[in-house]
Formats: sequence, C-alpha cells, structure tokens
Amino acid sequence: MSDSRESLTKVEISFTVNGERKTVRAHPMERLLDILRQQFQLTGTKEGCGEGECGSCAVLMDGILVNSCLVPVLQAAGSNVVTIEGLAAGETLHVLQEAFLECGGAQCGICTPGMILAAVHLLNGTPNPTLEEIREGLSGNLCRCTGYSQIVEAVERAVHPRTTA
Amino acid sequence: MSSNSIVGKSVPRKEGRDKVTGRSQYVDDMVLPNMLFGATVRSQIPRGRISKITFGSGVAWDEFVIVSAKDIPGKNCIALIGDDQPCLANEFVNHPEEPILLLAHPNCHLLPQAVEAVSIEYEPLPAIFTIEESERRSEVVWGEDNIFKTYLIEKGDVDAVWEKAEYIVEGVYTTGAQEQLYIENNGMIAAFDAAEGITVWGSLQCPYYIHKALMTLCDLPAEKVRVVQMETGGAFGGKEEYPSMIAAHAALLAIKSGRPVKIIYDRMEDMAATTKRHPSRTRHRTAVSKNGKILGGEIDFTIDGGAYATLSSVVLSRGAIHAGGPYYWPNIRIRAKAVATNAPPHGAFRGFGAPQSLFAMERHMDRIARAVGLSPVEIRRRNFLQPGQTTTTEQVVREPIDLGKLLDRALVVSDYHAKKQRFVNLNRLGTTRKGMGIAAFLHGAGFTGSGERYLSSVVGVEGCADGSVRVLVSSTEFGQGTKTVLSQIAAEALGLPYENVSMAQPDTLEVPNSGPTVASRTVMVVGKLVQSAALGIRQTLISSNLLSDTYTADEFRVACMHYVAAHGEFRSWSRYEAPSDIFWDDQKYRGEAYAAFAWAVYIAEVTVDLTTYSVSVDDFVALQEVGKVLHPLLARGQIIGGIAQAIGFSLYEKVVWQNGRMQNSQMTNYIMPTSSDLPPIRVFFEELGNVYGAYGAKGIGELPMDGPAPAIVNAVEDALGVPFDSIPLLPEDIMEALDKDGLAATAQDSGVSSTGVV
Repeated sequence: MSDSRESLTKVEISFTVNGERKTVRAHPMERLLDILRQQFQLTGTKEGCGEGECGSCAVLMDGILVNSCLVPVLQAAGSNVVTIEGLAAGETLHVLQEAFLECGGAQCGICTPGMILAAVHLLNGTPNPTLEEIREGLSGNLCRCTGYSQIVEAVERAVHPRTTA
Repeated sequence: MSSNSIVGKSVPRKEGRDKVTGRSQYVDDMVLPNMLFGATVRSQIPRGRISKITFGSGVAWDEFVIVSAKDIPGKNCIALIGDDQPCLANEFVNHPEEPILLLAHPNCHLLPQAVEAVSIEYEPLPAIFTIEESERRSEVVWGEDNIFKTYLIEKGDVDAVWEKAEYIVEGVYTTGAQEQLYIENNGMIAAFDAAEGITVWGSLQCPYYIHKALMTLCDLPAEKVRVVQMETGGAFGGKEEYPSMIAAHAALLAIKSGRPVKIIYDRMEDMAATTKRHPSRTRHRTAVSKNGKILGGEIDFTIDGGAYATLSSVVLSRGAIHAGGPYYWPNIRIRAKAVATNAPPHGAFRGFGAPQSLFAMERHMDRIARAVGLSPVEIRRRNFLQPGQTTTTEQVVREPIDLGKLLDRALVVSDYHAKKQRFVNLNRLGTTRKGMGIAAFLHGAGFTGSGERYLSSVVGVEGCADGSVRVLVSSTEFGQGTKTVLSQIAAEALGLPYENVSMAQPDTLEVPNSGPTVASRTVMVVGKLVQSAALGIRQTLISSNLLSDTYTADEFRVACMHYVAAHGEFRSWSRYEAPSDIFWDDQKYRGEAYAAFAWAVYIAEVTVDLTTYSVSVDDFVALQEVGKVLHPLLARGQIIGGIAQAIGFSLYEKVVWQNGRMQNSQMTNYIMPTSSDLPPIRVFFEELGNVYGAYGAKGIGELPMDGPAPAIVNAVEDALGVPFDSIPLLPEDIMEALDKDGLAATAQDSGVSSTGVV
C-alpha cells in the first residue's frame, strides 16, 4: 500500500456466496470470516483461534478449503464461496450432514461446520478415500469433543451409505 | 422395561440438525441492538500493589465506558465457595492476567489498542510459582500458610504395617497443567434494565453458579438476575466457574453504560487467563507382602490451586478419594493438600483431581510389580477391590463388580499377552521400541460425599398446552448429549415417542436449579429426577380420570391438552432426596463417597521412535462398566473423546510457564491431538446397572480422562525399560532420560536425534 490511509478506505467487493451474488463495502484487509458472519449473517462459520490452526472457520473458496480467518476479503473478490449454510438443498441435508448426524460426528457442534466442509473438500478430490486419507484430509480441523473416530466414521458412511455398519 | 424402550437406543441428537447445518446459536452469533463490545485490562505481573493507572494518549477515551472495582454495586468477589476471588483487582494483584479494568466501545476493533494504551504501574511483591515454593512459605501469598484446604483420610493402622512388609515401594509422580481447549472461546452478553434487572446470555455449564455470583456482585435479589445458556461449543469443566467472572464483567459494563455489552475472548486471552487443570504431585509409600498384596500405605497428594481458592477444595477432595485406585487397602493414610501460588487459579477440568491421583496410583502399581517381581497384570489382580470390601473411605462395595473379569476381557480384546511376546523379539532390532501398558481405575459419579444432599436439585417436567412434554432443568448441553438423554428418560417414563419430548432452554427465569452440569452427575442424578417428575405427570393425568393406565401417545396428548385447558400450567417437580443407605461423615472424611462408581480397565499399545523420541499410540482398548448405557452412540463418543483429551494430557499438551504466565497460549504452540495423531480407540461396555441412576445409568463423562495417561506411560516404560513419572511426557523428556541411561546411542544416528518434535 502506497498510502496508509488508502488501506483504511472501504472498497466495493463482489463475490458469490452459496450461489448468491453478493457485494459488500469493506476494508480490503477485513477478514472474510467477519464479512460472512457480520455482513451476511452467515454465523454458521465459526471462529476458534483466529490464526488458521483450528479450521472452525473453514469455507470453500472456488472449491478450495480455506480458513476464512486468514483470508482478506479482497482476496475473495470474484470467487465462489460455499459456507455450511449453502450445503443443504432446502430441508434436504447433504449426505455428509446426514452421516454426521447418524454417526455421532457432531458433539458440541462448534467445529462441525468447518469439519463438514473439510470432508466435502476431501471427497471432491478423493471420492473413495482410505482411512488414512480421511484422517489426513481432516487433520487441519481440530475437534476437542469426539476424538475424531465418529467423524471419520461419518465420512466413511457418506462414501458407503449402505455397506458401513 | 417395555420392548419398544427408548433408553438404550441411539436416537437422533436433539439439537443435531441445527449443529450440522450451522443454525445453532452460540453467544457470538447473537447481536443485540445498540450493543457495545467489552474488553479486559489485566495484570502484567504475578504479584504486587497497583500504584498508578494511566490512560495513554492517542485514544478517544471519552468514547469508552470504563469500569473499575469502584463501580461494583455489591461485593467485589466471584461468589463460589470461599468468595476470595475479586471480580476486579482493587489494590493488589495476585496473578498475571488478573482483571483490573474493563473497557467497552461500539467498535470492537478499537478495543485491543485501547487495552494496550492503559499503563499500570506496580510495586511488585515477591511471587511463588511451584508447589515446593508454596510449601516453603518463604512468601505467604494466601491466608496464613498458603494452604487452601487439607484432607486426611485414614483407615486401619498404617504405622503398624511397615515392619510386616516384605517390600516398601516409594515413588513420586507429577502431572502438569492442561488447558480445556474447547473450540468455542468463552463469551457473554449482558443487558441491564433498572426494572428487570440484569440478564446474561452465554457459553456456560452452570447457570445457577452465575446467578449466585451476579446477585452477590450486583446486590440484586434473585428475581432480578437472569442467566440464559446459549449453545455451548465445548466446556469440559472450563466453563464451570470462570464464566461467572466474564458474566460479572459484562454485567458491570452493561450497568454502567446502560447498553448491552458483549465480551468474547480471543484464543490467547482464553488460554492465558482462564482456568486449567491443577498441576499435581503425589508421593506414594507402600508396604507390600511377599506375594504382592498391599498391606498398607501412605499417599501424599498435593495440587497447585493458583492464586485464589475457587474450586480447589472440591478438586482436591475428588483427587484424594480416588488416590487409592480400585484396590483394597487394609490400612491407608491419605494426606491431601491444595496450595496457593501466583498463577491464575486452576479449576475444573474433566476428571476433577482424579486423573492426577490415578496417574500416580497406576504408575505406582507398575513400580510395585517390578519391585515384587510380578507382572503388571498379576499385581493388579491380587489387589483389586472385591464386593463386600471397603474403599479407602470405608465405603462398602455393594455392586457385584468383578475387576478380575474386566481385566481378563481387556487382555483378550487387546491381544495383550501375544503382543507382549512379539514385542520382546521386535524390540531387539531396529530403531523403534514397542510396549503395552495397563491402567485399572474407577470414577465416582455425582457430587462427592454430602454434595448431592446440599445441592438438593430440583427438576420439572411440563405437560404443555399442545399436549407435548417439556423437560425443565438447568442441566446444560455442551456436546455430551444432555438434551438427548434427558429427553429419552422422560419419553421412556411416560411411554411416549422421543420426538414428543422437548427440552426448555436453560434460563433461570424458566428452569429450576437442577444443580451444575459437572461431576458426571447429569444422567445418573438429574436423569433419575426427570424420570420421577415425568411419572408425576402421568399419575396426575391418570388420577384426574383423563387417562387410563395404558394409553397411546395420542390419548396422552389429548389428556394433557384437556388438563391444561381446565387447570392451566401443568408442571410436575421432583427434588433430590439422599438414599437412606448413603452416609458420609464430612469431619472424618469417611463413608459413602459416591452413590456409584464406574469401573474400567484400559490398555495402551505404543511405539517409541528412538530417532525422534516420539511416542505413538498404536492401539487403545477401553473397557468400562458404567451401568446401563442409555445411548450407545453418545456413550461411545464420550469415551473416545475423553481418551483423546487424555492422550493429549499424556503426550502433547504442555503449558509452558514463566513467572506464572502461560507462554504458549496459542493453538500453534500448545498442541492438542489431530485426527492423524490418534489410534483406533476400541470401546467396550459392561453393564451391571445401578439402583441410584435413571434406568440403571451411572456417570460416564469424566471416567475416560482418568486411565489413558498411566496406561500410556506404563506402556512407554514397558517399551524402553526406563520409568517416567511425570506428564506430559514429551520427546525431549525421553531423549534426556535415554541419554542419561546410555540407551539412546545404541539404536540411532545421533545427528538427527536432538530435535524430536511431535
């Protein structure tokens, strides 16, 4: 930035959130997390650590899993963002949401939105992951309640809805 | 129980759908009109006198609401047990991060720099930071002797056992502080209205703890304080007592500003300023017979309570009562002590003293086994408590528990003996060493001793105008499944579908005081009361001739609607009554410490890498008797989650202290297990039932925190032949011990050995 005041100037930024075109006036360095939660009232995206360690604020940006606490909103300009609110089709839950419910993948629920989006991201790239790949694929998202087993089982259930007990 | 029973089935989690869709409302998701944001100015030093406070330049202070101790309408304390912790430091500070001033502003982004701009001058006083320093009393930082509380548990004649002993085995065991690390940071919103009083909404476990604290702080009558629990993103004890502090701060700012105030801690503040598990030191001295029977012993259990008493006395009590483990002690003397230091107060964390004293007990059993020349299996088998024998507090074991059988089953499912044999050969070669470790333990459910009698919990069940049923309790959901299991119990008692029962939001205006949601008491104690209150609804409808003895859900609904239409509000209450066969002597610390114990044998398999010194847990078997399992999926989730936290406690999570301040208050450098770090955790239940719990349930929540640390460290000793008696056990600790032992050089390239990082 050439002028420090310039960085304080709000700019108009447009991107797509859950299929809807959105425009916001914001400081370029505001966190995508805050814009989602405060401007768009999409409070399903959670803040856990504010430093990209816990993954609670994870969203999909052009199909890539990002920690929205580390994304300046300017970087989201023109992108396609999907949050937890964009996953279900009306009242019909996404297969991973169903699987998390069935397998006990959500306890306190605070890591759940980010965790489910991490699982969506994993399955988009690796539709039939091994156990190792699931554990690795979710290792950027911390959960303090479950010890992860029932989360991993939920992902397996989503992949093999009928065969996994 | 009827064949279509609801308890014992894994029904859908009540609030599950909201959680997987992101609709659940946590406190930070809530916005009130005209709301300010609050922040806390904290002590930078461990101990001293505040001499001057300066509000620095560059901040538009007239835009800020500023609160100090002078603004407190009532008593400057966080009322809990001893009322010794100030809400805001007035003249003296006694630990780093102690709250001194509160600031509020409409723009939350302006708060950090404002907090920075407040400079506080102190006249420092000498401070103490360890149990040993506190015991030396070179500085007295609390009371007359730095001691918050002591207990003495005595049984038989310990002084007479030493001369009969074939072996006298001694050991000292220590455990470190541990951060609860719920993923949702602490937060509160408060609003004040002169007519209505104060209302707070927050992330919390115990609405009525906060209710009491705010009445004292604000000098308000009960009806002018209202506490509402929002969806709570993990707690683990970390939201038992500290939320009263945050609620108090938000309330003071709301009263002074006349506007709603939200305080949300960021991760660093939450980790540095709020409570952690008490660090501990346990000394064992045990007299053992030639054939490995414990004749008696002395246990000296000491915990570091930090700067204020808060809950330390009760944590100490549970730790002391569990210190003898699941073994028969004909003679024992347990001396327990909680001491003061100048660290932020340590507090509730799942297990509540028991993980500390049981770590010592179960490490010590392996030490006894080695001294006597028996296996870890055999030494335990020979000393297990049997039905009819008494615990260290002389509580008769009335349950038909067979710990030997539990151990046998755990050995089979873990393939213990075959693996032990295989590892003997494997460990001769290569750069890894494998080992197996056992821990046997117990965990008492409900408040200790007379605690439940004092709590005198009340629950309500309501028949609603639309014919549905609603459970009214202050018991909170924070992941464990409170809403689900209590609904199951009410539905079961009324013979109704699970879907017909709902839970009232914990709101002190609406729900009675069913006690705090702690101590593995919710399903067993509160559940039993829900069962009986639900039966009251049924009895009323039947005796009013609105319902016959057998009925369909539809008939119930119609009857309930008619009752409400005719009589108005329809609520049935049930209050805790101590069973007549449960007696506890608070003076002698003797008697029925808990209405029921859960029992467990855990077995860990580990690999120690001699190049990186890291320990990986390869397999974990958790076998427990927890009474009737009311919801298998949730119960298994509780066990696995607890074990994961306990693996962190054992191998990863180290609080680095400097002058009483946590140095690594970030998720970047305080390391909890990820999905890649954990083994398959295999969970098995035995179900003996329990006459004091709802449908035979006992407590389950804390149990899994107790056993993993000693099982894992026992396995590390098995792998390396070197004992470790302190946790967390980090690679650098293993490196140091092996270097000392001369073992390390035998199996690895020293060029890459010194930077073991997990």
